[in-house]
Amino acid sequence: MNVSAQWLIDLVPGLTGKPEEISEHLALRGAPVDGITSPGGGLGDIIIGRVIRARQHPNADRLRVCEVDNGAEIVQIVCGAPVVRDGACYPLAPIGAILPGDFKIKKSKIRGEVSHGMLCSAKELGLGDDHSGIMELVGDFTPGESFINSVGLNDFTLDVEVTANRGDLLSHVGIARELAAAGEGRIELPEIPDGSDLPLGYQTGAPEVEHTGFSVRIEDENLCHRYIGAVIRGVSVKPSPGWLQARLRGAGARPVNNVVDATNYVLLELGQPMHAFDLSELRGQSVIVRRASQKEAEFKTLDGETRSISTDMLMICDEEVPVAIAGVMGGNNSEVSDRTVDILLECALFDPKATRATRRELGMSTDASYRYERGVDPDGLRSAMERCIHLVLSTAGGELEGPILDCNPVPFESSTVELRLSRIEKLLGIPFEAGYVGELLAPLGFIVEGQTDGVLRVRVPGFRSYDVTREVDLIEEVARTHGFDNFPDTLGPQRASSVSDHPLFQLEDRLRAVLVGHGLFEVQTPAFCPEGEGDVEVLNPLTTVEPFLRSSLMPSLLRRVEYNMARGNRDVRLFELGTSFHKGGSGEPPLEEPHLATILTGRREPPHWSREDEEFSMWDLKALVVDIASRVYGEETTIDSVGGKCPTLLDENMCIYVRTGSGDIVGCAGRVTDEASDLPVWAGDVWSFELALPRNPSKGAEVVVTPLPQFPASERDLALLLPPTVTSREVSESIRRSAGPDLEALEVFDLYVGEGIPEGVRSVAFRLRFRSIKKTLKDKQVDKNMSAVLKRLEEDLGVEARG
Amino acid sequence: MSESNPIADLRALEEEATAAVKSAQNRESLEEVRVTYLGRSEGRLSAILRGLAQVPVERRPEVGKSANTVKAKISRALEMRQLELVAPSAENEVDLTMPGRPRWRGGLHPITQAVDEIWHIFRDLGFARARGPEADTVWYNFEALNTPLDHPAADEQDTLYLVDSVLLRSHTSPVQMRTMEANEPPIRIIAPGWVYRRDTYDATHTPAFMQIEGLVIDEGITFVDFKATLAEFARRYWGPDTQVRFRPSYFPFTEPSAEVDVKRIITRPDGTQYETEWLEIMGSGMVDPNVIANAGYDPERYTGWAFGMGPGRIAMLKHGVQDLRTFFENDVRFLEQFAR
Repeated sequence: MNVSAQWLIDLVPGLTGKPEEISEHLALRGAPVDGITSPGGGLGDIIIGRVIRARQHPNADRLRVCEVDNGAEIVQIVCGAPVVRDGACYPLAPIGAILPGDFKIKKSKIRGEVSHGMLCSAKELGLGDDHSGIMELVGDFTPGESFINSVGLNDFTLDVEVTANRGDLLSHVGIARELAAAGEGRIELPEIPDGSDLPLGYQTGAPEVEHTGFSVRIEDENLCHRYIGAVIRGVSVKPSPGWLQARLRGAGARPVNNVVDATNYVLLELGQPMHAFDLSELRGQSVIVRRASQKEAEFKTLDGETRSISTDMLMICDEEVPVAIAGVMGGNNSEVSDRTVDILLECALFDPKATRATRRELGMSTDASYRYERGVDPDGLRSAMERCIHLVLSTAGGELEGPILDCNPVPFESSTVELRLSRIEKLLGIPFEAGYVGELLAPLGFIVEGQTDGVLRVRVPGFRSYDVTREVDLIEEVARTHGFDNFPDTLGPQRASSVSDHPLFQLEDRLRAVLVGHGLFEVQTPAFCPEGEGDVEVLNPLTTVEPFLRSSLMPSLLRRVEYNMARGNRDVRLFELGTSFHKGGSGEPPLEEPHLATILTGRREPPHWSREDEEFSMWDLKALVVDIASRVYGEETTIDSVGGKCPTLLDENMCIYVRTGSGDIVGCAGRVTDEASDLPVWAGDVWSFELALPRNPSKGAEVVVTPLPQFPASERDLALLLPPTVTSREVSESIRRSAGPDLEALEVFDLYVGEGIPEGVRSVAFRLRFRSIKKTLKDKQVDKNMSAVLKRLEEDLGVEARG
Repeated sequence: MSESNPIADLRALEEEATAAVKSAQNRESLEEVRVTYLGRSEGRLSAILRGLAQVPVERRPEVGKSANTVKAKISRALEMRQLELVAPSAENEVDLTMPGRPRWRGGLHPITQAVDEIWHIFRDLGFARARGPEADTVWYNFEALNTPLDHPAADEQDTLYLVDSVLLRSHTSPVQMRTMEANEPPIRIIAPGWVYRRDTYDATHTPAFMQIEGLVIDEGITFVDFKATLAEFARRYWGPDTQVRFRPSYFPFTEPSAEVDVKRIITRPDGTQYETEWLEIMGSGMVDPNVIANAGYDPERYTGWAFGMGPGRIAMLKHGVQDLRTFFENDVRFLEQFAR
């Protein structure tokens, strides 16, 4: 909401201070100011100039040469406007002035005539779209004076952030109420210059009210509780007086004409949307508030747009057709124009939810709908109507015809809310006296009507009837006006939480530490993905590029590798902890699974003068997989090269799977195929791993220590010839089965293929370590074990020792 | 017994050893020299001293003294030469100024670091971490939190929907309700996690981002506890000199509601200090009684407070990151700067 600082100062007697200070007051009342601008910003160089005499330019038909009084002297200025009146005042940009758009005024010669500056149009000053002529100033002005001071543009516009619950703050009076405490504690409406304060008469009724042949009828009282109409005849539509224009500009609004400006003024001052119809454009002598009919499918609003309307929408209609969308926007068919003589003023109360539904369906929001959605003061309609009538009469003339028609099928009744002093203390932590509570609430319009046994009966004003309906709502007002800063902030004793730290967070903490230790960087990437990378679709995505939720983190990591490589980063080691989404049952939320993924490419170690650079390989990936998988799923986890479904991203000949002790495949790892990635030619292999994490990880078995050995070990090396069909794992398993209970450790320490061994056969070297917990093993015993191992290998797998 | 002159022998030994020390070109050969002359069992000086038994008793002190002097002189010469040889002048010596053999250094994402730092402070204040689903229902995201869908407050978080009543949570507040349902007071939790909004990427918005929820529910929890705990957090996170301000605001699920602002004192490298503007760090308030009732608790008996903050925004403020998108680009040269 754009708020004029000058308007606030006029509304709050005693309020002084710079806009920044007013902003600070407002911030501490819950309405922070996002920015401060000035309606006269950039126009500081402009002064008032009075044209003494204008004559035709001798060498140009369309130009005029003016003698202009600039306060200090009479200067000659060439002007292109069709009309320049002798004796009138205009904004004058003297030589050296800078206009909006960084346009510097220089002394110039136009078709042989010297021009000492420029007389400006509204558009040139950024004050409107009118560039047909220079901006004639209406009123008393002194040549040479500052333009912005003279026309009241020396104001400041505060961009006040109003929260969704405070419809009452969408007006200067509402904001002023919050500032009253910074002044003399009250607010006062500024007088309308040349306004009258004659009392105005009303004709009331429901659902129809009529006088001298003109009627107002409400057909849907649920959507419109009240509609007040007033007929004014004989207005003359023209630009508003300077003070009104300045007011509107101060509040960030553009003046249009005196009638429209009067309605906007009331909206900005009191928060009550008003509308003016050109009465001569209405068919018949009635205003009917009803829903659109089936036939009325389209409606042209006064912004020139044709809009589709539905029978849910409340319309303001004449006897034949709609003339406005209730609470949203008037119609093109009844708009006030320069030729308008008779008007109908509307001041109504429309339902917030219905207004919201309508304007959402229409995909639009207006100053009026914004206020109706948030609730306008149901008790303020008459004063708003009267204010508007006085404004129109004083600025556009005309006469009010008959009494004001007030159709009010659902009269507003203010409510009272009970407020326990004990509850205030229980919630806020410090005691409050009844009298002090009354003092805090009164300036906001709340009236404490009585008190019994520490329970206050508080009457809620109409403008707060939307957001203050419960005791706690009043307690918030008490806390807010007492000032949050005035509460102590001493930390008291607290009971321990009954909730334990979630074990998945703890698992994630451990994995992060391990992966950072492995030299990987953690990344965060949003869960959105293109079609094909997930089966959960977002119904209303903002872009259609990534309308799905990912089922796998691997593609996101690959994209990060591509991003890095495109920037010349060739060593990229990343991991991410994130959620994988899968379609749930019909109408059900998707299934969520916590995942960990890693990606490795580039050199396996930083370059060093002592060694050759080496790229990451399958063996680095596999070691990482084994380490992580066993930390998550325990030592019984195995890594298989078959049994899982290879993701499309990975090469199926270079893919391994993580199998838990209970046999479930929970992860896979392998080489990213060239087809799946978009990488520079110099990029090496990319290795990726993804693991599903348990949603609720168990703590895992306690460590039970194995006693340290007391007797020496015997090691034996065994080079074995493995035919192509035999795997290293089969050999290891055979050895473990046949080596006897004293086999302490078994490791592969060499692989040889080539000269000296048959084609297709691999020579794999195993190291066996034997140790007894009871005695020192004799060579004879170990030899016996080795014979058993070799015998079994030959029988079961056809594997022999290399000769 | 032969005519022996141990004193002359010692003198000759000294000369010979000194020359040998001078000619040693590296530390290995210098060590050989030391062993040759001063070695405990095989050294030449030891051999002379073993011969002391044959020296007449009356001369022994003189020879002993002389032997000690020679030993000291040779030792001294060895030390001096050793110092000279530390500089890698010799070909096969190690230059210790060469770079060490490094391993890759990894690091946590800066937003994780912010979450962790915040979590550690709340852990010290007696909080535990809770989680909830990222895709949730309209009930948990809005209605249970006292936010009817037809209220303008629901607009403020333009929400991404999956099916009719299922959405991507627009804040971490659904965890409040889920935690209350699954537990009994006293509840003191924080809930870090992803949230989703119908936003386009710009310098301060991304359609998905991290948020941290906080919730306290117990008997006797007041606005004073709320202020005290969050002010304590702010001072521990931003520094003890930090000013904390609670500014009235509006969230449908808290009442009274407050924005929390901090003003930091920052010390420049030259030691001078300056005060920052007020920085908005979180939304918060006393839990609305409707929310407490929706969880099945008696709002007359239980009260509490809650907050929500964006660790991404806090990391931006703390590290001078100008554009939120930088966190999601994950350029390793950016991430490396946080690998500390």
